[in-house]
Amino acid sequence: MSSVTANVLYQRRRRTNFTWFYFLFPSIAIMLVFFIYPILLTFLYSFTNLALTGEAAKELKFIGFDNYVHMWEDPTVRISIWNTLVFLMGSAVIGQQVLGFIIALLMKHKNRTFRRVIGTVVLAGWVTPEIVCALCLYSFFGDEGTLNMILEFFGISAVTWLYTVPMLTIILANIWHGTAFSMLVFQAALDDVPNEIEEAAVVDGASRWQILYRIVLPYIKQTITTNAMLVTLQTLGVFGLIYAMTGGGPGTSTTTLPIFMYNQAFVNYQLGYGTAISLLLLIMGVVLSLFYIRSVKE
Amino acid sequence: MNAKQRKIIYRIMPYAILTFIGICFLLPLLWVLVSSLDTNAMQSLKMPHKVTANNYIDVVSSRPNQRAFGIGLLMSLGQALLVVVIGLLAAYPLSRYQLKYKKSFMLTILFMTSLPITAVMVPVYQLFLSLKLYDNIFGVILFYVASAMPYGIWMLKNFMDSVPNDMEEAAWVDGASVFAGIRKVVAPLMIPGICTVAIFTFSGSWGNFFVPYILLNTPEKFPASLKLYQFFGQYGMVDYGKLAAFSVLYAIPSVMLYILSQRFMSKGFGMQGGTKG
Repeated sequence: MSSVTANVLYQRRRRTNFTWFYFLFPSIAIMLVFFIYPILLTFLYSFTNLALTGEAAKELKFIGFDNYVHMWEDPTVRISIWNTLVFLMGSAVIGQQVLGFIIALLMKHKNRTFRRVIGTVVLAGWVTPEIVCALCLYSFFGDEGTLNMILEFFGISAVTWLYTVPMLTIILANIWHGTAFSMLVFQAALDDVPNEIEEAAVVDGASRWQILYRIVLPYIKQTITTNAMLVTLQTLGVFGLIYAMTGGGPGTSTTTLPIFMYNQAFVNYQLGYGTAISLLLLIMGVVLSLFYIRSVKE
Repeated sequence: MNAKQRKIIYRIMPYAILTFIGICFLLPLLWVLVSSLDTNAMQSLKMPHKVTANNYIDVVSSRPNQRAFGIGLLMSLGQALLVVVIGLLAAYPLSRYQLKYKKSFMLTILFMTSLPITAVMVPVYQLFLSLKLYDNIFGVILFYVASAMPYGIWMLKNFMDSVPNDMEEAAWVDGASVFAGIRKVVAPLMIPGICTVAIFTFSGSWGNFFVPYILLNTPEKFPASLKLYQFFGQYGMVDYGKLAAFSVLYAIPSVMLYILSQRFMSKGFGMQGGTKG
């Protein structure tokens, strides 16, 4: 058959009306029902008194902005927003990014076996499922855990980490779990920095710090922004790690928005209120995602 | 400090810092590995008196545990398979047709890959109640498929873009239908991409705790992640050895698949769309 026929055949197939629709239908349908519809429901339910038990469970009523007024007045909401921000800044924006960058930077041009060993250890924390991470770190920070054992070895008295500094422990746990992602991203970005520029700077007498600040960091600025957004988005939804390690406690000291949402919706059975809280989470996610898309598009 | 000393310090410092970081990352992991081999394991890391596989034997021989692992596998394999098949179908017109709103559709997809699933779980729970899918393993699979779909479409579309058009056309000339073309020409050329997507979706749901925790109720239906959490809560303080053995067994698929995925991701580490499973 000649190539002309092939071409005709090809064009005809391509242009067949609406075939694209059949291809896309299953995926769009499943995303509409189980992903987009719940997002719309989030808006809807957050204006209702939806509850699992009690009077409200019998009839669903629209209560306007009551949930939002309630949120505004609820001191725990403020605490959980604050906790979420501390957790995000501490574990994602600063912790994982800075540590990931430092590891990537220090690993550059080092002995290959050494790099592989350190890289594998850091990656192991990332690959491990979050409940296992929670268990490992829970026992590490436990009253009779490994960290206290080491401290006692050096003559320092034990600390009840999970009670005294619970926020710090979950931040460190999330750093342990997530740093590898940033490390990989920065390793790739640092490999892209042309050696010639650095070498030229050395010839011009620039110090290591000057090279880092003036050349390397500006060069990978885009990667830093995109990575910051991605890491924050991943951390925003963290539930299992915190829930299994501290359960949001003691008190409300590690209650982040996901934990608070869960408690309101499934412990207090106030689904409407829980949904209003999840809307807050969703909006934070949407704003960050929009920034992320913009930074990828550039 | 003279120049020579400074030079030596600059040489050694990175190794010292990295070694310290490495040890910090290693210790919690070492605990779970060592404890799993010790029937008298404690909360802190210690050398076992006797290295045994008893913890593993106990965990593996328990029927509820076998069940939990089976359910976890069923869910994750089912999800990975569906995401790949449905995702390939969606990727095809997005890669091959000239569609009017393709660009905005793809951006919406990318946007959805980065949304936190946690934020929609309360309405999803309500939705599952009204659809009578609550406490249903297949319902959980459907939700997993939907949540991984944006990632799957994004990745598969990009992989499909790199499959040349003319090979497919050649198949058409030989009389193949569009579907046969996808199945016999396009998909085989995308095996690395398909494996990457399958592995990442599998690991994502295998490690997921929140979704089944919200959508399942009967302990007999719990996948491994929930079983481990239950274990943690009930006997955690008593039997660290068994808990550690369960954890190691549960982490093995994730670790193995990650290593496997490195074979498919030949070059570098892409920034785009790799956010979640």
